[in-house]
Amino acid sequence: MLERVKEIIEEQLNIEGVEITEETRFKEDLDADSLDLFELVDAFQEEYGVEIPPEDLEQITTVGSIIKYLEDKGVQA
Amino acid sequence: MKTRVTESLGITYPIIQGGMAWVAEHNLAAAVSEAGGLGIIGAGGAPAEFVREQIQQVKKVTDKPFGVNIMLMNPEADAIAQVVIDEGVKVVTTGAGNPSKYMEQWKAADVKVIPVVASVAMAKLMQRGGADAVVAEGMESGGHIGSITTMALVPQVTDAIDIPVIAAGGIADGRGFAAAFMLGAEAVQIGTRFVAATESIVHENYKAMLIKAKDIDSAVTGMTTGHPVRSIRNKMTKEYLKLEKEGADFMELEKLTLGSLRKAVVEGDVVNGTIMAGQIAGLIKKEQPCREIIAEIVDEGLALLNRTYEK
Repeated sequence: MLERVKEIIEEQLNIEGVEITEETRFKEDLDADSLDLFELVDAFQEEYGVEIPPEDLEQITTVGSIIKYLEDKGVQA
Repeated sequence: MKTRVTESLGITYPIIQGGMAWVAEHNLAAAVSEAGGLGIIGAGGAPAEFVREQIQQVKKVTDKPFGVNIMLMNPEADAIAQVVIDEGVKVVTTGAGNPSKYMEQWKAADVKVIPVVASVAMAKLMQRGGADAVVAEGMESGGHIGSITTMALVPQVTDAIDIPVIAAGGIADGRGFAAAFMLGAEAVQIGTRFVAATESIVHENYKAMLIKAKDIDSAVTGMTTGHPVRSIRNKMTKEYLKLEKEGADFMELEKLTLGSLRKAVVEGDVVNGTIMAGQIAGLIKKEQPCREIIAEIVDEGLALLNRTYEK
């Protein structure tokens, strides 16, 4: 799943050639502000058909955390 | 005038007063509500007990609905979220973040929740989280701003969600009001024009600056810190922007703006203080009572909305 998640992040944040691993933090490493995070969450919902309620946003801080979140919601890798 | 917003909030006119820190206190909020709009107490960075007193003051003057704006970065936001419930406030607008952690308690207390949003994705998220409406606020606004203009933001947000949209940013008369409705909004939020209202407690120097402001007199500081703020240009904004250009660090910039809004609003220091105001300040020519402001906007707005053209 990491590959597709990386693509979505690159597309949403308009970044290319930045190294993205599971440890990458959205705010600190990718300079994503809160509006960018809303954008990302929206894109993940559409891609994976998973409902991400706003109260869950606090859990989503790194690339690994969104992958784990999606897996916990039953998304198959 | 009926829209989904007036029906849901129990107000006469679809006009909501901005939740401006320091400015949106009980006198202004009560006057706007009494005039048929929705007055708002701006909690800003104030302590919860201060907000409670403000709410009680409004209730002494009016039995009409009013709201509280909670700036979510306020360290006492949790306590204020509870105060609005204890005091029976019917409407909450929220700024600077994601109010979802309070949604359940507010819903249980039948509080209408209206987050201020600056993008489509944020509006969608708020709708999913149970918001009753959103304020789509363009970067023409005074104070803390996003990056999209009202003209571009409002129609995109109205297309993306089903709950009502309240347009904010750059609206100060009937033309702006009518334009907001044309873009799909069902109410407007107005800040700057109410700052210049007779009932507004801002220092007379502040009001004088608003009234003499021209279209180009607004400056945006803090772009580099990620927290841009729009205010009327003065010595403070000039120094700030110079420092920003030189790459000053956050702490150095903070020194200039710490307590600076209070300085302008309360002390009338319009040289070193922050005179928060929207780009529409140039349109405001005089001090008027809230009732007159609202009547003028609605009359002019409706006349425009009812005008028809032939091809």
